[in-house]
Amino acid sequence: MISQIGLIIAKEWKLEWRNRSAIAGLMVYILSGLYISYLSFKKIADPATWNALFWILILFMAVNALAKSFMTESRGLQLFYYTFLNPQVVIIGKILYNGILLFLLGLITFLFYAVLLGNPVQGVEMFLLAIFTGCFGISSVLTMISAIASRAGHQSSMMAILGFPVLLPLLIIIIHLSKNAIDGIEFSVNIKYLTLLLSLNLIVPALAFILFPYLWRE
Amino acid sequence: MHSVWKIVCVLLLFYTVIAGFLLPVPALPILNETIRNLYFHVTMWFAMIIHMAISIIYSIKYLSGSQLRNDLKAEQYAITGMMFGVAGLITGMIWAKFTWGAFWVNDVKLNGVAAAMLMYAAYFILRNSADDDTKRARLSAVYLVFAFPLMMAFIYILPRMTDSLHPGNGGNPAFGKYDLDNHMRMVFYPAIIAWTLLGLWITSIRIRIKNLWNETNL
Repeated sequence: MISQIGLIIAKEWKLEWRNRSAIAGLMVYILSGLYISYLSFKKIADPATWNALFWILILFMAVNALAKSFMTESRGLQLFYYTFLNPQVVIIGKILYNGILLFLLGLITFLFYAVLLGNPVQGVEMFLLAIFTGCFGISSVLTMISAIASRAGHQSSMMAILGFPVLLPLLIIIIHLSKNAIDGIEFSVNIKYLTLLLSLNLIVPALAFILFPYLWRE
Repeated sequence: MHSVWKIVCVLLLFYTVIAGFLLPVPALPILNETIRNLYFHVTMWFAMIIHMAISIIYSIKYLSGSQLRNDLKAEQYAITGMMFGVAGLITGMIWAKFTWGAFWVNDVKLNGVAAAMLMYAAYFILRNSADDDTKRARLSAVYLVFAFPLMMAFIYILPRMTDSLHPGNGGNPAFGKYDLDNHMRMVFYPAIIAWTLLGLWITSIRIRIKNLWNETNL
């Protein structure tokens, strides 16, 4: 099963790399979003605003990046999966792949964001940890939502409608955690947010693992 | 004989309203007479949670058996739950105006409720967007079961971790801790039963209407 998940991740990456326009499009999306923020804010002095804007950028980037997660799969490919793989393998593989993708894009966003709008982050390790857990959490929610939305039609609007309410609790925890990281608050204070985030990072993929097979048979 | 519970429901509702407004309540600073909202706001939330839980159970039942009548029930219980949610929100907002001085404050508990409402709104939109019955039933059941645990984390876990103005959270004792004396208990528990029975009654009528509608249109 592990090796099959690895295969799914490798296949996703090959497809992504073969057709680089999608990932290049995302990069342009991030950079233009960042530049718009730069032009409208110049420098952000208030850490709370800095933090909020950062996660809003990540959120919209994630919705855009993951909307195509199931849309690009042709009927034939779905049948192929259906015959050869467990549905669970497909969803876990996709969650992991999207998580890695989001984490990398999040790092790039952080880099340019810090350069353009100033970097108030005092606890950088903690902030990176927040990006890491946050991106995997967002990925596990949005991958599943993308699977639901792709079955429902009206893909892009459904993604936002279904995704945002479910993401809200996750985002609030992430924003608390990264705000504490920016203020350089000690790890021991943050541990409760981190454990909650990590437990959600386990619960949500577990739910996807259980529920995805029901979306699958059609 | 089978309509005894409906008579009980009506009697309990009369009791809730009459005793709720007339029986003595403890005189407390700030809360004063607004404490009577306990019989309406809090009990309506109880009824809402019960209906939404029933809705989740029917969604799970649908996923395990694929019988459309379970999907119908899940939808109708969700609608009644939403109705109680709106009623609870309105009673809560009126209470907040007199106790906190504003109809809406930025508070974890209130944000959780707003997110839960959005989530249910998204659920109804998802139901309307799918074109055939079985697909609608499957997608919406998966979405509901997927989103529900995140909502629970938001409504029940997060407010206990951060400060909240709401009674029962962030160091504020719940109503029950300091002021639920025996007089209030005498109204509080019957009120929960009354609202829940009213909801079950409304839902059973709605389910019968839907069933008749489906029979006549086939």
